[in-house]
Amino acid sequence: MPEAAELPTRREEAWRYSAVERLQGEALDDWREIDIAAGETTRETLVIADGENTRPTELHRWRVTVGEGATCELFAVLASAEYVRLEVEVTLHKGAHFELGGITVGGRETVREFVTRTVHVAPEATSNQTVRSVHWGHGTGNFLGNIDVVRDAQKTDAAQDFKGLLLEKGASVNAVPQLEIFADDVKCAHGASVGQMDENARFYMAARGLSPDLARRLLVQAFLGDALVALDDDDAREAMMQVALDKVDKAL
Amino acid sequence: MLKIDNLHAEIDGKTILNGLTLEVPAGEVHAIMGPNGAGKSTLAYVLGGRPGYEVTQGSVEFNGQNLLDLEPHERAAAGLFLGFQYPVEIPGVSNLQFLREALNSQRKARGEEPLTGGEFLKLAKEKSALLKLDPEMLKRHVNVGFSGGEKKRAEMVQMGILDPQFAVLDETDSGLDIDALRVVGEGINAIMRDPAKGVLLITHYQRLLEVVKPDKVSILSKGRIVRTGGPELAVELENEGYDAVMAPETANA
Repeated sequence: MPEAAELPTRREEAWRYSAVERLQGEALDDWREIDIAAGETTRETLVIADGENTRPTELHRWRVTVGEGATCELFAVLASAEYVRLEVEVTLHKGAHFELGGITVGGRETVREFVTRTVHVAPEATSNQTVRSVHWGHGTGNFLGNIDVVRDAQKTDAAQDFKGLLLEKGASVNAVPQLEIFADDVKCAHGASVGQMDENARFYMAARGLSPDLARRLLVQAFLGDALVALDDDDAREAMMQVALDKVDKAL
Repeated sequence: MLKIDNLHAEIDGKTILNGLTLEVPAGEVHAIMGPNGAGKSTLAYVLGGRPGYEVTQGSVEFNGQNLLDLEPHERAAAGLFLGFQYPVEIPGVSNLQFLREALNSQRKARGEEPLTGGEFLKLAKEKSALLKLDPEMLKRHVNVGFSGGEKKRAEMVQMGILDPQFAVLDETDSGLDIDALRVVGEGINAIMRDPAKGVLLITHYQRLLEVVKPDKVSILSKGRIVRTGGPELAVELENEGYDAVMAPETANA
């Protein structure tokens, strides 16, 4: 089949806010498989910084199976200059846990996005997804989060939390939580909000002597911090935060 | 030290300060009292440089410098402290981080060496003890989840740490119970009573003035100072109310 026929379009829900025009020639079937055995814990981090090594299009598709009582932690910072997408399909077995902490940050006229599909196939599994997006220029940040809870996945506890911070007019974020629940004893929380920099806080900080740049940096850091709270490795957390903050400092 | 001359200021085209003239020399605590809507908070914000408050006429001189030329953070570095009536919550930023960054920014602007973490922590503990604020609260996010009284105490701890030359305190007494009022009042005395420092103390009530004991009291009404006197003026206001005390001045005006 010719490759062009397989390219997604914006008609598909999972690609609705993407930069699909950037995808030509991408290997869309290239899924990375991650299997986590029962009781194991695996942590994966992905940092797409704005640098010379960044490819014009960064498409990362991961398919994760989390065995009984196992844990998968993913932390990612998407701060590239061009289109980047991390798409994750997670299957959670009994008592498994999936943790996602994601950051998108950037300007220009491009898209940085998280697309997740979390399937609770057995009882008592939990998932927690926190995404924070900071954008300016004509930058866009997306979080499309699908959660499926099958009929016998009772006691599922799933949460999605998204917040967008727009530093300039013209930037945008899209948050699409989608829940399909076929069990009756579950918790599925989702929340999304978008706003701009708190001017009261900025003046308060200025009145204490912080320059506008430093005030902005502290506020952005505080805003993004939520996404990395669950990362219990201080060095890794600081390094990831640094990539995001450097990106903001460099641009503004 | 602070010299305000014929200050006119407006917000959204509405004139709030209307020819305000006031001088506070070093070593003086000057209380500003006045009815609601007189322009007290506007005066504080104009001095602090809050965006949206436009000075249309007049001047403000601070230690010989034109204060109105400076950005808000430059005013802080020049030694001006603005105590907020409603201290702002900043989720995600701890008091310690905030104050250390603030103090070191000011020191840097003045060409001084930054404090190390240890030096700063010692200072922060000392000042929170002075204001009877649990030092554990400094680890919490700025003002988040603080009660009204705790916010005002934290505000004074900030003042103690930043050690300004001049403080503009906007209704620091509002929301305080009697004990907290005393602690905050004594804190102001301990931090700011100094021949080289000055205070502009904006308040509604006489009670704080019983602790802080101002050198002068001025009444602000409709955007200008209508009367200035000694501490006895505050007592007179408390007993007779703004209308009675201001009646002769407004009749002449």
